[in-house]
Parts: sequence; C-alpha cells; structure tokens
Amino acid sequence: MIILIAIAIVLVLGILFGVIYRILTLTDIAQKRQVGEQDIDISNNVNALLFGLLFFIGFGAFGWYSITTTDMYILPVASEHGVRTDGLFWFTMAIITTALVLVHIVLFFSPLMFRYQKNRRAHWFPHDNKMELIWTIIPAIVLAGLVVRGWFIWDDITQPAPKERVEVEVMGRQFSWQVRYGGKDGEIGRYDFRKIDAINSMGMDFKNDPKNLDDFTPREIHIPKGKPVLLKIRARDVLHSVFLPHFRVKMDAVPGMPTSFWFTPTKTTKEMRQETGNEKFNYELACTEICGSGHFAMRMIVVVDEPEDYKKWYAEQTPWVEMNADYMKETYPDLRLANNY
Amino acid sequence: METIDTNLSKTQETESSEIHHSHEEEHHGNFWTKYIFSYDHKTIAKQYLISGIFWAIIGGSMSVIFRLQLGFPDADLTFLKPLFGRWITEAGKLDQEFYLALVTMHGTIMVFFVLTAGLSGTFSNFLIPLQIGARDMASGFMNMLSYWFFFAASVVMFASLFIETGPASGSWVAYPPLSALPQAMSGSGLGMTLWLVSMALFIVSTLLGGINYITTVVNLRTKGMSFSKLPLTIWAFFLTAIIGLLSFPVLLSAALLLIFDRSFGTSFYLSDIYIGGEALMNTGGSPILYQHLFWFLGHPEVYIVLLPALGITSEVIATNSRKPIFGYTAMILSMLGIAFLSFIVWAHHMFVTGMNPFLGSVFMFLTLIIAVPSAVKTFNYLTTLWRGNLVFTPAMLFSIGLVSLFVSGGLTGIILGNAALDIQLHDTYFVVAHFHLVMGAASFFGMLAGVYHWFPKMFGRMINEKLGYVHFWMTFVGIYAVFFPMHYVGIAGFPRRYYTWTNFDTFNIFTDLNMFISAAAIITVSAQFIFVFNFFYSIFFGRKAPKNPWKSNTLEWTTPINLGHGNWVGPIPTVYRWPYDYSKTGAKEDFIPQTVPYSETPESNTKRENELAKQEDTFYKK
Repeated sequence: MIILIAIAIVLVLGILFGVIYRILTLTDIAQKRQVGEQDIDISNNVNALLFGLLFFIGFGAFGWYSITTTDMYILPVASEHGVRTDGLFWFTMAIITTALVLVHIVLFFSPLMFRYQKNRRAHWFPHDNKMELIWTIIPAIVLAGLVVRGWFIWDDITQPAPKERVEVEVMGRQFSWQVRYGGKDGEIGRYDFRKIDAINSMGMDFKNDPKNLDDFTPREIHIPKGKPVLLKIRARDVLHSVFLPHFRVKMDAVPGMPTSFWFTPTKTTKEMRQETGNEKFNYELACTEICGSGHFAMRMIVVVDEPEDYKKWYAEQTPWVEMNADYMKETYPDLRLANNY
Repeated sequence: METIDTNLSKTQETESSEIHHSHEEEHHGNFWTKYIFSYDHKTIAKQYLISGIFWAIIGGSMSVIFRLQLGFPDADLTFLKPLFGRWITEAGKLDQEFYLALVTMHGTIMVFFVLTAGLSGTFSNFLIPLQIGARDMASGFMNMLSYWFFFAASVVMFASLFIETGPASGSWVAYPPLSALPQAMSGSGLGMTLWLVSMALFIVSTLLGGINYITTVVNLRTKGMSFSKLPLTIWAFFLTAIIGLLSFPVLLSAALLLIFDRSFGTSFYLSDIYIGGEALMNTGGSPILYQHLFWFLGHPEVYIVLLPALGITSEVIATNSRKPIFGYTAMILSMLGIAFLSFIVWAHHMFVTGMNPFLGSVFMFLTLIIAVPSAVKTFNYLTTLWRGNLVFTPAMLFSIGLVSLFVSGGLTGIILGNAALDIQLHDTYFVVAHFHLVMGAASFFGMLAGVYHWFPKMFGRMINEKLGYVHFWMTFVGIYAVFFPMHYVGIAGFPRRYYTWTNFDTFNIFTDLNMFISAAAIITVSAQFIFVFNFFYSIFFGRKAPKNPWKSNTLEWTTPINLGHGNWVGPIPTVYRWPYDYSKTGAKEDFIPQTVPYSETPESNTKRENELAKQEDTFYKK
C-alpha cells in the first residue's frame, strides 16, 4: 500500500513538473527573454527570501525536535567513564551548535541583505590579515581546549584495568556472542583457535591449560555494580565490535589480536528499570562492525547485579567441561591431579 | 590531432598559427576520434561527467532501495522482483545479504565513481587547460587512457552487479577477514574479486589523470599566469591531484595484499581464524594492517572529493557575489594545510580497533587541527558574501548550499575526531550523518554548482535556471531532511549497516523518524531527475549561450562559444591580473577579466598596480 502511494506521489510530481516546465519555457518565449541583465529578476529576490525562511523553519524544527524527544535520543548512562564522555559530548555539542547558528545567520541572511540591486556595487574587500588571524586563533584555542579535555578522559579510559576487577571474555562469531568466566580460580584459561569444533566453540585448550576446567560459559553476561569490569575481547572468524550502548563501551573484536576494554557499571538492571520506568529494560550487547548477513542480529543481554547477587550467581554456574565430559580426557592426568579434579 | 600535444609544450604564442592549423584539421576527424577516443580534454571531461551521472543514478537508486527496507520494514517489495529476482525473498523482503551488497555498492560507487571520477575527472579535465590558458593537457593520450581505464573499471564494477553470488558486500571499506573469505559471505567470492580488479583499474586511471593535471598546471600556464594569479579552482585541482598521486598507490598496495591473501594463500591480514567448520592455516597476519593502509588513502580521499568542490565554490561565489574572494592567500594556505594534514589524520577512523591508545591521542590532536583551516575557509566564504551584490544563479545557490552543508557536517567532525567521544559514536548513524553532509552532500553540491556554472562553456547553451532553482531547493531541503535526523538516531546509538534494529530493545524506537528519512530520501533522489532532464534537454534545446554569461574574469570565457580542440582561435591570451577583480573601486564595469592589462585600467589601479602597468611592456615582450 505504501509503495502504491509512493508511486502515485512520484507520478503526480512528474506530471506537475512537466506542466510547470512547459509554462516556464512558454513564458520565457513569450517575454523574449535574453540572457543577461534581465535574468536578475524577481526569482533573485525569491531565492534570497527562501534562505531567510529556511533559517527559521530549519532551526525551528531542530530546536523543537531536540527539546521534545530527549527521552528518545538520550540513552541513560550507566558507567563511570560514560558520565564524563557524555559531559564532554554535550559541552562540545553546545559549542558547535552555537557555531552552527552563528554561521547560518550570516550565511542565510546575507542573501537577503545583499541580493543584487542594479544601482549598487559590491564592496571591494579582498583581504584583511587581522581578521584572518582572529578567526584562525579563536577556533584554534577552542579546539585546543576540547583536545585537552578529551585527552584527560581518553587517557583515563585507556589506562590498564585496576587489579581488583572482574574479567569476562567476550568472543564474537558469525552471528552471536559467547562469553566465558574464569570459574572458581577466577582465571580464564588459554584458548587455541585450532581446538575449536562444533561443541568447544570457544576453542578452550584443555590439553595445555587446566585453568579451563572450571571456566563457565553463560548465555547472559552478568557483571557486578560498582566493580571494574575488564572485557577481554576476541573474534574467531571475522571482525566484530563489542558495543554496550548504555555503558558507552565499544571495542573491535579482531581475529588474531585480542583487545580489551574496562569500565565500571554504576546502575544495576533493576535500578535502570526503575529509572526508565520500563519493566522489561535490559542492557544489551550489539555488534558494530559489519560481519556478514546476520550482523544486525548479534544480541546478548547484559545483567548488572548488586555485588552480592553477582557472587551468588557466579557460584551457581556449572563449569563447561562438566557438561562436556569428553573434553576432560584431553587434559593430562597429572595436570588434573594437580588441580584436584 | 596526433601532433597537437607535442606542440603544446612549446611557446604557444609563436606556434599558434601552426596549432590553429592542426586544430582545423581535427574537425575532420571521424566519430571515433572526436567523441570516443578523443584526446580533447573537453570531450574527456564530458565523458567523465556523463559516466558520473550514470553512476550517480545507480548509486542514488540503490540508496532508495535500502532506505525502503529501513524506513518501511513491513512493506511488500515483491514488485521489485522482476528487477532483483531472488534477492527479494519469497516473503517480499530484501535479502539480508543483498541489503549489505547495496550498502557496499552505494558507498563504492558514490565515493569513487561519482565524487572522485565524476567530480575531479570532469572539472580538472575541463577547467585546468581552459583556466590556465593551455590548448590541452600535457599528454592528451594519457588523458584518454585515464578515461578508458576508468571506463574499464566501471564495466567490471557494473558487471559485478549481475553475477550469481552478488556484488561485493563487505562495505566500501572492505575490511578483511570478511572481504578475504568467501566462506564469510557470498559477496566475498567472485563479487569481491571483481571489486578489487575494478579498484585496481580505477587507481591506474586516477594516477594517469593526476600526473597529467599536475604536469599541466606546472608547465603549461600561459604567459603571465603565475601561481599567484591562478583561480582557486586550479589550486584546488592541483592539490587534489597531488593528494591522489600520493595516496592512491597505498590503496593499490592494500588491495594487492588482499588479492594475495584471497588467492595465493598468504597471511598479510589473516590470523587465527575458524570459519565454515575448519580452522584456517593462516597465522601472524593483522586485519589492522589493512585498516591502516586503507585509511591512509581513505582519509585523503575525503579531501580528494571535497577540495575540488571547495575550489569550484570559491570561483562561483566570487563571481556571483560580484566581489573578490576574501583572503585569496589564506584560501590557498588553508588548502595547503588541509592537503598536508589530510595525510596524518587517518587513524581517527580506528580509535576503537584495538590500536595503541597513545596513537589515538596523537591522531585526535592532529585531527582537530584540521578543523582550523576548514574554519578559515568558511569564514572567508562568509566574508565574500558579506556586502556583495549577490546574483542567485543555480550554481550560486548550490555553492551557498555547499557552505552550509560543509559547516553542519564539519562541526560534528569535532565530536567524532575526539577519541573519548568516538567510543560511543563510532559506526553509528552519527557518523553516517556526519560524512554524508560534509563529504557526500557538500562535494555533490560542488559538482552540481560546477555543472550549472560551466554548462554554457561545455555545450554552448544555457541550462534552464528555473528548473535549477526547483532542483536546488528540493535537494537542499531534502538532504537536510535525510541526514539531519540521523544525528538523533546516532546519538541514540543505532549502529550502521543494520538490516533492521527490531532485535534490540535499545534500538526499537524511531520507526517514525526512519520512515521520515526514507521518504525524504526518495523525494531527494527523485528531484535529481529534474536535473537529469534539464541537463540532457538543455544540451540540445537550451537557449544559445552568450560568450561570458556570468561576467566572469577567468580565461575560459575568452574562448569562442563553441570551441574546438585547441581552445583559442589564434594566440592564447596573456594574463595580467588575478582572477578576482570584481567591483573594483573606480572600475567602469563590475568585473575586469584577467586578460585586461593594468595599463588599460588606470582608473582602478592601486599604486603598486600602476607600477606594474609601467613594466608590462617590457615584461610581457620578453
């Protein structure tokens, strides 16, 4: 139905266009218009006026939409560094919006003020070094300020993760995420892409690393509120990118080159449900690097718990190998013994 | 005709009669040498322009198809089945991978085939010889080769649209491993091979053209045309060609290594991969290497498409403001600055790829520096308009539109160039909004401004300006209606290259806004057909153009209305002054062409120019 309407609109526009064009060419012929001075006629004023009009309509719509839909486009923030980047974002936004409006006042009203008049001459003003200097220095200072503020935040975000932290391994694959926790010992075991098969989809290397034996791979990510969380990110086939919109976290997952990102969640899922008034609210993990036909479907739910709930959940998890006992055989017996399995 | 380019490098004045003679002969050339395998820079420019329009229609239509999916996800697209066959599923939906193929092809076509070849190819070819006072390019033959390599690239790329596994679909940046492994998606099979072949041919074309542009500007300027008297268009084309010459070879190397990885079992970009049920043997490669190589071209590429547009705008705004461009030297310096900086900002595309964060800090600093020369250019445009006597030709409207788009798209670059802010916004619709405004739409507007402005010179007829007005206002408002709302979508975190967002609670909003964007896109693309009609109709039936319709100062308007190969009948004019003597204090008319000596304009000369007038006799006789 919508398509039919669209086609109808196109047809109507086409016919309308043909009619208008015919009228225009006919009036041109009727007036025997020549190219040159006469060309600068009423349409020059109309065009000038339209710029002025567009200024009010454009910025009116901009202001109206920006004010009325804040709850839609502003994502609630739930991480420590996110508060800081958001602050810088809106600070920068205020500066550039001001610049945008100022430039457009000149750009859209000059046409109106200085539209062609037969008896006027343009003002001869080829250069002024002082003005050039001013508008080189002012943007330079403003940008320097933004760079410095950005540097401080960027530097803090990219510092090595604190020792006291929760580690989660996130692996991207076509087309889903898989996560792994260190289990009882808290250490995530080594992996090898050659060990991957249909069942051991993360390629846990039981032969060489007994730390794998207590690792568990839940279907949702659980992280504790208020504790630094280090995501150890990898990909097993093509590039993916870990995107946690509410935590302002993004880092590519690269085959052959493990990456990482650490952050501190500040609101539990429960608190967020209250804040947004949405009982079904969930934090989500999305992919932001094109990875194939299912790129848009790589979703995983992230749950932020109170620290004690997190501990409880963590303790309840069953190690992966216990559900896939065949892989236990790969481990050298002495290693198994040494680890009390 | 074959001898003409060897004559060109000699002193043109003395040999003009001989050249004129061969130029007469050229008219007797047959259809093939005159229109197809022509050496004439003007014909080659038109070939580029018409190819560009062809590609723009295809690339634009593709965006309509995928906008249908994004704006009207429930629509039944079965009516497209005759065109797309099995790419439309039984349920009347766009195939998921075909969606990505459309996005990929839209990007590739628009960036390379429309905005690089169609814009730079058209106007560098057309304007360089005409505005510097040369009879043709330094090498007409290489120039012809350049077009035909581009044509070959076009044929290969066009053919790839029709193969069974579909065209390349790993996005226009073609990051490996996705683009390297046919197992990863079907578009990475033959489609990707053809994409790489086409790009290699395209790069050859660009290099052949670029060498020619540089050589011509350096060597073939007419008497008196010093670099300080060059129109800003030529400065822009000159710097663009230099950027292209330095950066495109790097893309070729990136593409070559990718070809090796795909076909010869090397591991430049591949490591530790398990796909399609098997672990590949590749180890030690780095996908990040490709990204560095790609963006070493990819970022300068932004300026390769933008600088010519800015050059055209400078010329059009000065002419139609009847006022000299403000800060001619500052304009050149800022273009030089942009050209230099464009090479050392590439990694701002890679802040979140796992690159060393310290590198991120460096590139963030360099990136934000580039905003300074861009700001200078903007303020100079504004000051040029201020207290002018503005004539709104369609070209002028598109130039003013360009400045607006350049500013609104450029400002968000200050946000994206900031590594700390890029974390959240990287690969969201905020980026899509940003680069479509600043690079896509702004360059496109520059191209349209150029076509409207030089149409009389190209075809000897006027293009209908009323239709031009309609075209401009629909396009200008349409572009903003399409891309401005995308900022909101981006701030809300919507990722790019998503077939649909409904899988996520977080992104399950803005359906109405996406519908609005899609409707606006359809209208905007439709409005381009007004231009296409106007363009082809006016070539044949437009009003006859006068010699200098815009009362412009530059050299091309001193040529005959219907100019043949060789451009000027008789000697090439000598240049005495810069191209921006509009509304000069004391002058009779509001413009003084570059060919008017200072000795003929004592009423408007400054003291220094009176000095120059005295030297003219001795200086120009040498």
